Amino acid sequence: MSQTRAIAVTGIGLVTPLGFGVVDSWAALLAGKSGVRPITRFATDNLKTRFAASIMLPEESGGRFVSAADRLHAYAGSAAEEALAMAGLGGRAGFPGPLVLGMPPIEVELTDRLALLARADAPGYAGLAAAAVQPGLADRTLMMASPARLAARFGTSGAPISLTTACATGVTAIQVAMEAIRFGEADCVLCISAESSIQTEALIRFSLLQALSTRNDSPETASRPFDATRDGFVMAEGAACLVLESAAHAKARGARPLGWVLGGGEYADGFHRTRANPDGSTIVTAMQRALADAGIAPEQVDYINAHGTSTPENDKMESAGIHTVFGATPPPVSSNKSSIGHSISASGAIEAVFSLLTIRDGMLPPTINYGTPDPAITLDVVPNVARAAKVARVLSNSFGFGGQNSCLMLGAEP
Amino acid sequence: MTAEVWITGIGLVSSLGEGAAPHVAALADPGFQPVLDRESFAPFTIHPLPALPFETQMPRRDLRQMETWQRLGVFAAGLALDSAAAKPLAAEIDLMVAAGGGERDVALDEAIFTEITAVPPAERPAWLNQRIAGGLRPTLFLAQLPNLLAGSITIVHGVAHSSRSLMGMELAGADALRLALSRVAHGASQMTLVGASLNPARWDELMTYGTAGLNLAGAWQPVAQRPAPGGFCLGGLGCFLLLEAADHARARGAPPFARLAHVGTGMARREADDTAAASAATLFGKLRDRLRPGAAVLSAASGVDPAAEAGFLATTGAGPIRHTGDLIGHGVEASFPAAVALAALQAQAGLAPQTLVSGFGAYRGEALALVEAV
Repeated sequence: MSQTRAIAVTGIGLVTPLGFGVVDSWAALLAGKSGVRPITRFATDNLKTRFAASIMLPEESGGRFVSAADRLHAYAGSAAEEALAMAGLGGRAGFPGPLVLGMPPIEVELTDRLALLARADAPGYAGLAAAAVQPGLADRTLMMASPARLAARFGTSGAPISLTTACATGVTAIQVAMEAIRFGEADCVLCISAESSIQTEALIRFSLLQALSTRNDSPETASRPFDATRDGFVMAEGAACLVLESAAHAKARGARPLGWVLGGGEYADGFHRTRANPDGSTIVTAMQRALADAGIAPEQVDYINAHGTSTPENDKMESAGIHTVFGATPPPVSSNKSSIGHSISASGAIEAVFSLLTIRDGMLPPTINYGTPDPAITLDVVPNVARAAKVARVLSNSFGFGGQNSCLMLGAEP
Repeated sequence: MTAEVWITGIGLVSSLGEGAAPHVAALADPGFQPVLDRESFAPFTIHPLPALPFETQMPRRDLRQMETWQRLGVFAAGLALDSAAAKPLAAEIDLMVAAGGGERDVALDEAIFTEITAVPPAERPAWLNQRIAGGLRPTLFLAQLPNLLAGSITIVHGVAHSSRSLMGMELAGADALRLALSRVAHGASQMTLVGASLNPARWDELMTYGTAGLNLAGAWQPVAQRPAPGGFCLGGLGCFLLLEAADHARARGAPPFARLAHVGTGMARREADDTAAASAATLFGKLRDRLRPGAAVLSAASGVDPAAEAGFLATTGAGPIRHTGDLIGHGVEASFPAAVALAALQAQAGLAPQTLVSGFGAYRGEALALVEAV
């Protein structure tokens, strides 16, 4: 058992709409670039929102169908390869700890349903259910298939955990991994979170909830957290991987931590199925619990990586909540989602990686597309241009659709 | 040192009915015959749910926002909290849910299947966009998100200290219990509500498992007698357990149903030497010393390849073996929690002072738990 409650991060990997890999993603984020573009994966006729921050795989060229499950595996696998190479763990012997995977629900997509139906002997679902066994389909669409595939690929130990807390998934996965190490159940954890839900039905569902931006004439400026003209979030894809280790395990093998997970805090909101309590009380508790778990006072936080979705409600509530916790002059706050959109299940993990890079390089990533201040939001949002700053501790917020709020404290030192 | 963990609340609903009595009666009856529906989803057999008084656990406006699997889960969660007299403490209770895929709008899907045949292929993508956007009800989409069962439990019952939803079929149920037990044992939680639900009357679910060859083809048979490759018969289940630190329960005067002494999980690749039985044998090594002679066995085996688990159980020396699939059907995510709930009920009823709960997942995943009378 290690003496410290902090968990070392010894490897990171990223796949974002800004690029494959940490170097390209981070450079483009600091340069204020946008990864949002018109959707080319499927037809967007008759849709209210026709853009997203999707990640196209080479296999998709020529309009070929690659399922969300296979894209998930590709994004997650790529991020994990990068993180393992950095950590110097894994390889042929396998990874010496369990897999914790944050992911969206996987389903049999409409494309697959229609293809299956064409082969069925009877109409409708009765025909689908009785259609011949489709091992290739089952091996990607069963809820257990994605964690099983990744666990086998990276040789992780024990049973893989796969989980979802909607937009807070990435943080929840890190918390579960952190607890496994704190409780002495694992020395290290391969923690991956990925999102691959940009497909027709998922886009329509979020669109029907009126949660998405409809700025079709200017996709790259559609994600504008904290700006007065924000009109919804932009769906995105991506993956992040963190290799998490106990301090003792990292030290014993001579691994140099990139940074530390200092603690986490949660609180669930029973206000409404899709809306957080507008008074911000639940997110205030989640932030305070993260600070308390890490043993950090609010004034010791140098930067806040916001949830910052660009929806009218979230950004206002988050601003109010931050003021409640940090007083009249909170530290600088910016939203990575302005550049990369909202990669629901992956966003918390991607933002944790960007937070660690913020600490490493002393550079605050900007909130791009910020032009019209919202009188209800009085935060320093690091508008449009990255800024140099000494950063030792970061609070990263993730507030889930469905009321699951999770906050993470990250630091340069344990 | 870790803390002793009790099961102080149980909410259980199945084809047998609601609460402890019908389930204890079934456990005590060697000649028990299950409740089956062979017609509604023919050729598949399900263990159907009885009509349930959902409105006793949730307001009508919330009922309308949920499909059956969420209603079942919220209902069972409420029963568990009631049985532990813990509803007033809900804000301090942690939540761990094992969730499957939410329910699709099957009627809309089937309308699309029919109508699309009349649309020229080149026009189908644009037509589909319009048809789905015009046909889907937003509230139904919310029923499709796995984490919204947890969300609904928070909204209806106020369970709010933390909320995590695991996915991954049977293993999700077992790992939800394992993580919950670990958090309470290590003092990270004083009380955790953990469980799952399954609505078997769903063609979309039967389709998903049909493509994997997991549904039992042909007539219902007891789990142990299903010829290879076997298969499962889905059973309606809502099951939540309140796990509580023994000291916390004593301090508030909450009696235990049983002690949850151990939960272990693993995942074999199920190829070559990496078999489910070998994975289970490794898990068994971690609780072997605590198993007493004559311990009962409750198997949550799905019915897919039942011989693999039978072979493993034969090596443990434990017995006699009951299969929960024979009593209440297979509840996928809810199966393992339900087996642990049944083990706790038979401990409390004096039927078995110690039960080894075993669960081999239909596709992947192995789990063992030890439940003891306090």
